[in-house]
Amino acid sequence: MIAVEKVAIIGVGQSEFGELWDKGFREIVLKAGIEAIEDAGLEGKEIEAMYIGNMSGGRYLAQEHISALIADYSGLAELGTPSTRIEGADASGGLALRQAYLAVASGIHDIVIAAGAEKVTDVASEMTTDIMASSADREWEGFVGATIPALFALMAKLHFERYGTTSEDLAMVSVKNHKNGVLNPKAQFRREIRVEDVLNSPLVAEPLHLLDCAPLSDGASAVILANEKIAREYTDNPVFIRACTQASDYLAVQNRRDITTMESVRKASSLAYRMAKISPEDVDVVEIHDSFTIAEIMAYEDLGFVEKGKGAELIREGITELTGPLPVNPSGGLKACGHAIGATGIRQAVEITLQLRGMAGKRQVDCETGLSLNIGGTGATAVVTVYGVR
Amino acid sequence: MSSVGIVSYGTYIPKFRIKAEEIAKVWGEDADSIKSGLGVLQKSVPDLDEDTATISVEASREAIKRAKIDPKKIGAIFVGSESHPYAVKPTATIVGDAIGCGNFFHAADYEFACKAGTAGIQTCIAMVKSGMIEYGLAIGADTSQSAPGDPLEYSASAGGTAFIIGKSPIAEVEATLSFTSDTPDFWRREGQPYPSHGGRFTGTPAYFRHVYTAGEKIMRENGYKPEDFDYAVFHQPNGKFPVRVARMLGFRSEQIEQGLVVRKVGNTYSGSSVLGFSAILDVAKPGDKILLVSFGSGAGSDAFIFDITDRIEEFEREPKVWDKINRGVEVDYSVYLKLRRKIKMK
Repeated sequence: MIAVEKVAIIGVGQSEFGELWDKGFREIVLKAGIEAIEDAGLEGKEIEAMYIGNMSGGRYLAQEHISALIADYSGLAELGTPSTRIEGADASGGLALRQAYLAVASGIHDIVIAAGAEKVTDVASEMTTDIMASSADREWEGFVGATIPALFALMAKLHFERYGTTSEDLAMVSVKNHKNGVLNPKAQFRREIRVEDVLNSPLVAEPLHLLDCAPLSDGASAVILANEKIAREYTDNPVFIRACTQASDYLAVQNRRDITTMESVRKASSLAYRMAKISPEDVDVVEIHDSFTIAEIMAYEDLGFVEKGKGAELIREGITELTGPLPVNPSGGLKACGHAIGATGIRQAVEITLQLRGMAGKRQVDCETGLSLNIGGTGATAVVTVYGVR
Repeated sequence: MSSVGIVSYGTYIPKFRIKAEEIAKVWGEDADSIKSGLGVLQKSVPDLDEDTATISVEASREAIKRAKIDPKKIGAIFVGSESHPYAVKPTATIVGDAIGCGNFFHAADYEFACKAGTAGIQTCIAMVKSGMIEYGLAIGADTSQSAPGDPLEYSASAGGTAFIIGKSPIAEVEATLSFTSDTPDFWRREGQPYPSHGGRFTGTPAYFRHVYTAGEKIMRENGYKPEDFDYAVFHQPNGKFPVRVARMLGFRSEQIEQGLVVRKVGNTYSGSSVLGFSAILDVAKPGDKILLVSFGSGAGSDAFIFDITDRIEEFEREPKVWDKINRGVEVDYSVYLKLRRKIKMK
């Protein structure tokens, strides 16, 4: 797997994330898109193709054909710019990034935009829970009452029993991400919390408390990708995508060989390391899909940062703190930034780009190589992206 | 022209109470987190034969007795409620007949979620000021509905307040205004037994936007700051929202404590902010200044500035609202189900 062209991120944009009651879907997508185009210093007509990650416009908004909607409202319908909506539950954004990457890496397109967006607050919370449950196996999981938090709770329970991970360990993940979120002006929750706050928050699915779970939010994000030649014309600090890989696992958790392991993450990351010619030790900064705190602990292991079962040690020893040797979720992660489902994978790319450009403000870490992990549902889809300044 | 305002008020709270623990026990919820999350410890429960009409009549009778006026001088009755016993047929006519105000009176039922009571007060103020009527009776009363198991069940309660509006008041209306928008935060469609609500949408874009904007504007327009008021009272859907909006507007807890009745009585809907206001009138002294801001879903807020006059010293104010709240009789969940007609008989 050799890319014909080197691919760089030359522009990033992000709407605010949160309960955007007074903003419509198209409005927040445009905000992110325009910000990315302005950041890149482009004109819209230079964009050759659009890829949009969106999980469930059909059920959240009763609006399918999101791709055409965005092309229309961004003024690109008149130019006939091809636009494609991509769905992989909450990995939709990561998948859109990968499709955009492939389009440039293959030499088919020179400049493309990858965006992600979701508007979740137009439906009641029961409906939201049901929509999210549709990212698991409806027949074998959803119909018997297993929601996404319940499935992650099963993983957490076995991880506790087998490896000695505790509720306090999970709480520390949330505490860390909230602490980082304070430094991110675009994070939904910019307040610090304590371990006891997490442990005293209501149980959602034992052992997961409310503050172990990322909020479902409205939001949009966008990145502009270009080949190296064009990237150098537009910017002095391109951030290169050195690998963008994807892997699948069994949809239903019950069919997996080991429910404390996300095989999709293992496979996608080992391929990504090979393509980028790096090892996990070379990674300086990481954005991980912490839809639930246990997912971040498991990802430490499945991304190869620590051996299976020892994920909690990284949080206990402060390794993944902002000031630690391997900062994870400097943005605040899904927990503090808000999880705008289809937008999350792109938001992670925005964060790593800002970090590698040295433009992450008060949450800036020392880095040359970054990695993001975006997963769909309980991990049946994983997208791993490796970024570098070279 | 002599001043217009409240010449009398009366309240009614059904005698039964159910505690948050009792409801939480049935639904497997953690009572402590409900109580700290909602700020409601118990709520009032109406008896089998009580409804918005009987509550309105009880409150009105107390108001008339205290006013020492001939009910035939009441020229208008407005009953604000979202639980009128009839979909078609007014509650106001039942009240008018029961209090004996004759037949030459203007009557209408109001519905604006939890603020229909204050809407009636505004209408009466306008009618008295214009000279159309001598006295007007504005009532806010509800036996509010909540589906079993819904979070609303901890707060949706029953009660009501009646105000007689006229000249030579105990509380003069210095100013009033309304802030209204089409905001679907809470609703009940025709034929539905229980209301629906937009969850967290009922907070920031609904309650807080309307109550804050109306409260801030009436103070600014009339040149007042929070510290100029002796008391403030806001609509009380739970124990948290009114405390938070008071803080947002710059009020201290001592200014709102007397009117914060929701913790012990629940949300009496159209009777909510006005019941808290009545608890303040129970203790107010001449010269006191009071801010009242109601809220009704759908959505709107009515804001008022009241000035207490010397007449309040001669005014009969017993029994007080807090005494009525505190002398309730506790029931368990099964009796509650019976009283609220939630047991399927056949």
